[in-house]
Amino acid sequence: MDCNDVTRASSSYVDGELDAAAVAALERHLEGCADCRLGVEHQRELSQLVRRGAQRFAAPGHLAGRIGAALDAAKGDARVVPLRRAAWRPLALAASFVLAMILSSGATWLVAAYDRQDRLTQEVVSSHVRALLSNRMIDIASSDQHTVKPWFSGKLDLAPPVRDLTTAGFPLVGGRLDYVGQRPVAALVYRHNQHVIDLFILPGDAAPGVAPPATSRQGYALRRWRDGGMTFWAISDLAPEDLDKFELAVRAPAN
Amino acid sequence: MTDDSRTRRFERLALPHLDAAYNLARWLMRNDHDAEDAVQDAYLRAFNYFGSFQGGNFRAWMLMIVRRCCYDGLARNRPTELVSVEDIDALAAGAEPLSDASRVDDPERALLRRADAALVNELIAELPPPFREVLVLRELHDCAYREIAEIAAIPVGTVMSRLARARKLLQRGMKRRLKKDDGNGL
Repeated sequence: MDCNDVTRASSSYVDGELDAAAVAALERHLEGCADCRLGVEHQRELSQLVRRGAQRFAAPGHLAGRIGAALDAAKGDARVVPLRRAAWRPLALAASFVLAMILSSGATWLVAAYDRQDRLTQEVVSSHVRALLSNRMIDIASSDQHTVKPWFSGKLDLAPPVRDLTTAGFPLVGGRLDYVGQRPVAALVYRHNQHVIDLFILPGDAAPGVAPPATSRQGYALRRWRDGGMTFWAISDLAPEDLDKFELAVRAPAN
Repeated sequence: MTDDSRTRRFERLALPHLDAAYNLARWLMRNDHDAEDAVQDAYLRAFNYFGSFQGGNFRAWMLMIVRRCCYDGLARNRPTELVSVEDIDALAAGAEPLSDASRVDDPERALLRRADAALVNELIAELPPPFREVLVLRELHDCAYREIAEIAAIPVGTVMSRLARARKLLQRGMKRRLKKDDGNGL
């Protein structure tokens, strides 16, 4: 190997991507050539410079939710696909027949509302799991309610109430924008010991009194309630009684 | 497999790579909005082709699709940023020999040591996409050459020459900028 060969190969050499024979030839040359040793050293420094200096962009917290919603929509129109999606196509004809029968009964609104609620429950669970899986729980990390609350303004069509609940044992750790029910919603993130609690806040009325306010799905406990024209969903892997305490803390009047 | 369990399986495999996908897309698209669109597009495409994933390196498979979506996005909206592959490889092979910039003397080294993160980021962003992507995949994603070859759909030999060329362009850019700053400042 001469100096030109070494110069050409030094980038791959520094990356450890040359084969053994080429490495041996290159190192034989380096022993007797100070210029090339300097050149290789320089390549190494340049690589370090990039690794240390170049920015690593982390996905924004809401992206996982956005993708999840897009995946759900891609499977069929999420607004009309029932929760049990398995084999729905072959059943479509039968379902439309059943639907026609239901339509003629007074129970229509109840079934539709229940379906909507059930789907929403599943979406809340999915969003929570997605955020955990992708390790992106938080867009804005802060325990300060006066930092988190204004962060949401301009991003949502509601101003979510944000309170730190450290005194009740549930410190606020931050918030993120998420997607539930085909719209951006606020998700506040709290901690209790090692457990993470998501508090989703949706505008308006999500079919009150139809689905149970307390339930569990896939090992997660859920609580749902309404307040001030907004619907709240709390979800966590906490014990159900601890999640009850969390709900009480959130709903307690601010002092 | 039901639709739902297929989706969950895909999400379990694909979501842990979301940061990697976003980083690559962000470097190729150079703004948050287009990067998000490209990543969402990639995840939908990956989900649709999930059945054709043969096992093996899922990250490389995912990043290959992300890269594809980025190039499609660029071709749609900013075609001028795409240089033809032939031009790139001619540039890498001929034009200027690799030797001059890799051969450095001590004053030049001292100069390069003053390069800060802001300059590094700026210069990487200015590289043509085929050079930018191999550098980002190597230095930020720690990809082996074989993986880069798979992701960028080029032979390993081309990975080698593009990476060497990318580093040389970077080095030259730094020299130029730092010398100019000296000229202005002193």
